[in-house]
Amino acid sequence: MAASLVTGKDLRKVFRAPGNGGEVRALDGVSIEVCAGELTALVGPDGAGKTTLIRLMAGLLAADAGSLRVLGIDPAIEPQRVQDRIGYMPQKFGLYEDLSVQENLDLYADLHGVCPQERRQRYPQLMEMTDLGRFTGRLAGQLSGGMKQKLGLACTLVRSPELLLLDEPTVGVDPLSRRELWVIVEHLVREEGLTVLTSTSYLDEAEKAARVLVLHEGRALAQSEPAQVTRIAAGRSVVLDPGPGNSARSLQARLLDDPEVIDAVPDGGLVRLVRAAQAQPGETIAGLSATPVEPRFEDGFMVLLRGRAAHEAGVDIRLQRPPAPAEAGAAVEVRDLVKRFGEFTAVNHVSFEVRRGEIFGLLGPNGAGKTTTFRMLCGLLPPSGGMLRVAGVDVGSAGAAARARLGYVAQKFSLYGALTVRENLEFFASAYGLRGAMRRERIDWALRQFDLGAHGRTASGQLPGGFKQRLAMGAALLHEPEILFLDEPTSGADPLARRAFWRRITTLAEQGVTVIVTTHFMQEAEYCDRIAIMDGGQVLAQGSPAQIRRHALAADGRQASMESAFIAVVEAARAGEAAARP
Amino acid sequence: MKDREVWRPKVRRIVALVKKETRQMIRDPSTIAVGIVLPVILILLFGFGLSLDVSNVPLAVVMQDSSASAENLLAAFALSPYFRPQVVHSSQTADRLMMEGSVDGILTIPSDFARRFSAGDARVQLAVNGIDSNRARIIESYVEGAVGAWSARQSAETGAAAAGGPVNIQSRLWFNSANDSHYFLVPGLIVLVMTLIGAFLTAMVVAREWERGTFEALFVSPVRSGEIILGKTIPYFGLGVLGLLLCVASGKFLFHVPVVGSLAVLVGGSMLYVLVAVGVGLLISSYFKNQLVASQLTMLATFMPALMLSGFLFDLRSMPAGIRAITYLLPARYYVALLQTTFLAGDIWPVILPNGAVLAVMVALLGYASRAVTHKRLG
Repeated sequence: MAASLVTGKDLRKVFRAPGNGGEVRALDGVSIEVCAGELTALVGPDGAGKTTLIRLMAGLLAADAGSLRVLGIDPAIEPQRVQDRIGYMPQKFGLYEDLSVQENLDLYADLHGVCPQERRQRYPQLMEMTDLGRFTGRLAGQLSGGMKQKLGLACTLVRSPELLLLDEPTVGVDPLSRRELWVIVEHLVREEGLTVLTSTSYLDEAEKAARVLVLHEGRALAQSEPAQVTRIAAGRSVVLDPGPGNSARSLQARLLDDPEVIDAVPDGGLVRLVRAAQAQPGETIAGLSATPVEPRFEDGFMVLLRGRAAHEAGVDIRLQRPPAPAEAGAAVEVRDLVKRFGEFTAVNHVSFEVRRGEIFGLLGPNGAGKTTTFRMLCGLLPPSGGMLRVAGVDVGSAGAAARARLGYVAQKFSLYGALTVRENLEFFASAYGLRGAMRRERIDWALRQFDLGAHGRTASGQLPGGFKQRLAMGAALLHEPEILFLDEPTSGADPLARRAFWRRITTLAEQGVTVIVTTHFMQEAEYCDRIAIMDGGQVLAQGSPAQIRRHALAADGRQASMESAFIAVVEAARAGEAAARP
Repeated sequence: MKDREVWRPKVRRIVALVKKETRQMIRDPSTIAVGIVLPVILILLFGFGLSLDVSNVPLAVVMQDSSASAENLLAAFALSPYFRPQVVHSSQTADRLMMEGSVDGILTIPSDFARRFSAGDARVQLAVNGIDSNRARIIESYVEGAVGAWSARQSAETGAAAAGGPVNIQSRLWFNSANDSHYFLVPGLIVLVMTLIGAFLTAMVVAREWERGTFEALFVSPVRSGEIILGKTIPYFGLGVLGLLLCVASGKFLFHVPVVGSLAVLVGGSMLYVLVAVGVGLLISSYFKNQLVASQLTMLATFMPALMLSGFLFDLRSMPAGIRAITYLLPARYYVALLQTTFLAGDIWPVILPNGAVLAVMVALLGYASRAVTHKRLG
């Protein structure tokens, strides 16, 4: 076994919550081992403790308890000696946006004392690896998310570090750039013998590592080879075919309540299931025949997670006055929508239509134009051109009238952190013009439906992530809108919270609410009736998940994953663009 | 030999940081706005818009005496550029004019003025609108001056009055003999500009590095925290020098404010103050790590006191003792004293040395404190 470069034992770190003196246990007894020449991945949702653990190793934080050695040095006592020898890329890449690509590289080369001969040899390598050679004069702030991330990586590689720490290098980046980054990292480990520790909230990325440490709420669920985590679900993964005319989504929602079911997700028109017990050959579930499939890393992760977290009871939402049964016609109509900010075109001739009672997904990386489109749909931003009809009204001329019929949950949930859950609901109720008995009734409804009763007096800033999302949804539904807009509601949420979220969305849609949602989790497209893939301000493809998936067929003729479909769509669009350019 | 091995990479890193900071400074329109555009605007605004000079004061003169002496005194006011006297014959009329705000003061020449003047015991009564106390005090002293000058002239001409004259008031303004408020406004402006560049800009750029996570990446590199502080200080120190030269030049050429003392003392003192301001900015931003909070706090902690409590606009001696005690904590106070002396009186070492020494001590303390706060730690 290779020498270990990092050894951490029983690490603990508690942060004080600002304001009320509450505590957050970021790390609650975590041990870790990083072996030389290997790629180790820290896997877990937001708030699992990944960033804290990496910052301990970089000497940026000191642990409250436990022992830690990085390259044989205690980083809490001699941080500089560790920092002289390792490379570190923080979550925000650590780039100076007003410096050019070359100037950023030079700065880090100067700071690391890289001599001119070394640079002459190193720079071309880095440029070739990251494909940034054409952009050396461009300001870092004008690079796309994927390019920034590659430049951030290049800056940590101006000299060969003995250990490379990457904090969520792929968060918010499009699948294509994610794949490119992984190619680079895998190359560094294999060809240059670099030792890399990376954190990620994408479970599928864990499979690329030699070893994974699965974290959840400050505790380690497992530390092993990824295959071992996958193996936990061996014999438990099956797929069910809901049959013609039935939606995978509602079957999945029903199955989630079954205590025998650990996890169920819609997947390519089928439902993928992880069972609590080993599946028997020829077994039927809910009257449908189950086909065993190879387990994935995520299946094993869900088994581990269910062992820790309580099974959440049924979360069906009952609307008091569901919208009138779907009349013909579109809930949202967008034609040739354009939004320019100065020189920059954020939304470029976007057209789509959402039918009543439909779940419509806008998929794309950060900067694709999803949020800008959303803001125009909600009348928060005037379009530069095109036509917008929401609930049959022109948003431009009848902003207020249209807005009364829609609910909006902004990115990161616009809640008042210092107000309690109940105060937040009271405020939003007043903002929607609800009064008297109606107001009380609606607030009670929201507290009940979203299981917030026990937290009524908690300041919303102190709520765990999942509860914040519920409160934001409750607030957006107070005035019983026909159309609900949700901007990145699942970003950074743990898989259980994400399942519960989609469960609620599914029941809302069944009761006639039209839902439009943005996400950068490609798998979540499976919950949507129809989706549009956006990149660089344009809609590249739209249709049902099955139609989109047909853009990329796997080599064996099977339908590909949503992620590879996305990559195929984006690559085709970019190739077309390149060909069109003289 | 060992020294060289330690120092060479250190110097190289500092140079790299200074280069980076300077590039960012030049590319960031807000830095240019605060560092160069704002000083120019302040100079023009304060220079042309705000003037503390008092002239053409409307004055009601109640003539209860119609003697030649009284008429003579009235003529002295009428001929002065500082007054616009308006003769009224009853004190009721004068009171009404004062109430309406059409005059700023009432000068009453009593019926026995001529008689008592020849006896060497003349009295006039003055009432001044005290809403603007500064202006009131200035008007008061102008009237005293005008009356004093008149009586002295009378004594000289007639030679009849008793020794020393009947109304012996003498008021003279030291160091501002031209009595042009630009002479003390320009040094005051320099204080404001240096405060903005030193404290405000530094606080903003340091907080921005915390916010954007760039410090995190810098920390995990061979850079030492002292080098980061120097890398921030040197460019803003340079911008401070530029701002200073801009102010001195515009003072000299736009408002013809002379620099009586030497430029070296001026620059030296200003450099000490910029270092103090940079230290305050570093301290605030390292503690709060948020651009909005850091900028607001720096404004409150440095700019406002520099404006109100430094002796630039309001005389320190006329402040209540409690507030005056606070001013001793403010670096701007010492810098204002140093600047006004150098600008208007010359290199008066007994003033310059103690004020400079206090600033130097402050630089040392703040440097030590920012080193302690900017340790390479998060959270």
